[in-house]
Amino acid sequence: MSQRYVTLTATKTSRVALLVFLAGIIALAIAPHLVPRSLLQDFILVFLLIAMAQCWNLLAGYAGLISVGQQAFVGLGGYGLFAAIVSFGMDPLLAVLLSALCVAVISIPVGFVVFRMQGAYFAVVTWVVAEVFRLLLAQWKALGGGTGTSLPRSATSDMFGLNWAAEVFGVRSAAAREIVIYWAALAVMVVVIAVVYRLLRSRLGLALSAIRDSEMAAESVGVDIGRAKFAAYVFAAFGTALAGALYFLDSARISPDSAFSVLDWTAYVIFIVVIGGIGTIEGPVLGAIIFVVLQSTLSSFGPWYLIVLGVLGIAVMLLAPKGIWGTFSAATGIHLFPTRRRLGAAVPREPDPEA
Amino acid sequence: MTMLETHGLEVFYRDFQALFGVDVSVAEGETVAIIGANGAGKSSFLSALSGLSRSRGEQILLDGKPIGGTRPFDMVKLGIVLVPEGRRLFPSLTVEENLQIGAEGKAIDRGWTLESIYALFPVLRERRTQPSTTLSGGQQQMVAIGRALMANPRLLLCDEISLGLSPAVIRDVYAALAEIKRRGTTIVIVEQDLTAALNAADRIYCFIEGRVSLSGRPAELTHNQIQLAYFGG
Amino acid sequence: MGFLNTIIQGVLLGGLYALYAAGLALIFGVMRLVNLAHGDFIVLGAFAILAIATALGLPAPVAAMIALPFMFAFGWALQRLILNRTLKDDLLVPLLVTFGLSIIVQNGLLQVFSADSRRLSLGALETAAFNVGDITLGVVPALTFVAAILVLIGLSLLFYRTRLGRILRATSDSVEIVEIMGVDPRKIFAIAMGISFVVIAVSAFFMGVRANFDPSAGPGRLLFAFEAVVIGGLGSFWGTLLGGVILGVAQTIGGSISPEWQQLSGHVVFLAVILLRPRGLLSRAA
Repeated sequence: MSQRYVTLTATKTSRVALLVFLAGIIALAIAPHLVPRSLLQDFILVFLLIAMAQCWNLLAGYAGLISVGQQAFVGLGGYGLFAAIVSFGMDPLLAVLLSALCVAVISIPVGFVVFRMQGAYFAVVTWVVAEVFRLLLAQWKALGGGTGTSLPRSATSDMFGLNWAAEVFGVRSAAAREIVIYWAALAVMVVVIAVVYRLLRSRLGLALSAIRDSEMAAESVGVDIGRAKFAAYVFAAFGTALAGALYFLDSARISPDSAFSVLDWTAYVIFIVVIGGIGTIEGPVLGAIIFVVLQSTLSSFGPWYLIVLGVLGIAVMLLAPKGIWGTFSAATGIHLFPTRRRLGAAVPREPDPEA
Repeated sequence: MTMLETHGLEVFYRDFQALFGVDVSVAEGETVAIIGANGAGKSSFLSALSGLSRSRGEQILLDGKPIGGTRPFDMVKLGIVLVPEGRRLFPSLTVEENLQIGAEGKAIDRGWTLESIYALFPVLRERRTQPSTTLSGGQQQMVAIGRALMANPRLLLCDEISLGLSPAVIRDVYAALAEIKRRGTTIVIVEQDLTAALNAADRIYCFIEGRVSLSGRPAELTHNQIQLAYFGG
Repeated sequence: MGFLNTIIQGVLLGGLYALYAAGLALIFGVMRLVNLAHGDFIVLGAFAILAIATALGLPAPVAAMIALPFMFAFGWALQRLILNRTLKDDLLVPLLVTFGLSIIVQNGLLQVFSADSRRLSLGALETAAFNVGDITLGVVPALTFVAAILVLIGLSLLFYRTRLGRILRATSDSVEIVEIMGVDPRKIFAIAMGISFVVIAVSAFFMGVRANFDPSAGPGRLLFAFEAVVIGGLGSFWGTLLGGVILGVAQTIGGSISPEWQQLSGHVVFLAVILLRPRGLLSRAA
């Protein structure tokens, strides 16, 4: 008896999810019209954290590369942005993109160094590299050295899209600036999710999930593990820098300590992925929303807040290592963004629940 | 008198099932050989007995008491000790230190000491301060057996102890095994070398695809029966 | 002359880094765990010594002696209650759990002791110095270096001359085989973490008398410890001394050029080592 098999990468729920996702993006795009300005800042933060978390997740959840030095790329993205604006008077949005591209280029030689180490050692080396960049940029006197610098208001006064946003929403330029950054952050999040999702469903994705399951298995099917990991690393650097640059465009102030903060850009991001569900697209989205809600309600408790985050993160790692989404997904079988290829029978389609 | 029994023993590695309801019994003082082709489940059987693979309590009985699922270090305390496939000596320890680690699991003294092991394998005494990695394959196998004996086992489990050794060395190792048996140790061997297994064993079990396909005393089994049970039909 | 002095100060600083590194290397050696909270535990140890000294009105060295058994117990309990649950095949869980511990320790210290810089006091000894030829050596840096050597000798004796050390080395070779030899590895891991915490307490004392510390100082110590371990090469206690000394010398040379270059030059030397000899300087197979 012979049966034909097909690999399934889509589910019925996932097609519905795609429509909901698109509708959600449209709703978010017109949100500045509906939600108060104070909430807009939270949205921007959620978008950027989701983008960073997807990048970290791509590394840890799929490529088996655990980095605790992603703050290197946030910081470089931010400083690249400031350099482009302050030194060359470039349009801020263009500078964000250019800065992220430069960071991606820088990540290639950096990757060459950090890939000399494996496993847990890789993690610590990424941290050392981030420290090196922090110490180097603290010596860049034109950008304020160790104390940092602010963007002049004039730098964003004729930003691309500003007048249009001001007209459409009938707001003054300060609010319009925020709306443009909001849109850009939304776009960054959508692009990063889309690329990570596409990447995971492509041949490269197959390679990465093969790595996750077993390096030997991946090698035996002829997947070039080294190249797949490196590609994931460079893209993660790009995406992280993109989000980082936008963050510092929004805050308009940068310093080496804030730009290369291991707490802000790695600990929080790891918390988001772990809580939400490592190795899924949905997890980091969920995690980022939870994180920003927690932060806006609890951060006034200072150190206690961080202790609670640490305890929560450890508890999830030990008791429910799949995180909220992973646990939910395993219990219900619902995958909105199915990234794992599943082997299914071509005919008949309906699985027999009693079998 | 039956010492160890398995009842419907099943072993899983994640989604893969290696053993499907294996019934084996081992009497006090006898040597039992498990034979079978590659992948028949022989090593999985020893892995379950030594606690490295999970099994349910009542699937393994020692003196009639359920011991399945006991952690490996507690299996040793019960007197069940494994000589693992591939020797697996501690490379950063000397020969004597390897033997001494074996004594960590000793629960009841059955007369095995460094002295008696050096008496059994005199070559090891000469090499005792050497790193274990400098020994030949046969000598390493002797250390592995000696290390397990230092735990003073009731039941010694030997996984593929002839693998990669020359015929002369295999003869020496099995001569030592006979001496170990003579001193009252019950032995289960997993062996690909049929001749060695049939010569050493009081009884054999043949495994095929995770099930017992034949059992009996070597003298009472015909060559054809064994062939059939080994390769399937 | 100035240059020779710089080198010697660097060597002595390297003693401190070897102390940091020894505790980290021990844990990695026995259970392949990179404890990302290692630096924070050193800082925790320093605050513990400070608190004991203040509460009981004792000199810092006596307070450190009192802290030793408590630190052992703390490390032992940490391993038994939390870290033993993380040690499966997966790399992610132990790394992220120790990363979480690092955040918890830092903020716990911040909550209890505030962000102020502290120091362990040794009275007149702090500024005492003696001359060797034309070189002036501080008593405290010299004592730190001697302590590092004593700790490394102690660890070597423990590992190569005792029954426990034999089990620790065997566990380092293969957890699975140790298990089938009748040893519960979880107990061995707990003892190893306890020993690591004793080394941490010693490091904490010398860190605290040599320089100021505050709750955020942990990650920096972790990186120095890690760099010393990797530069020296894995699997060798004396490698941590070599690694520590190279790191210390690189930092003091950098620092003598410009203060900003002190840390940077240490990191750069470390990155150069992993580019050229990723298994470290003392490794046999490079």
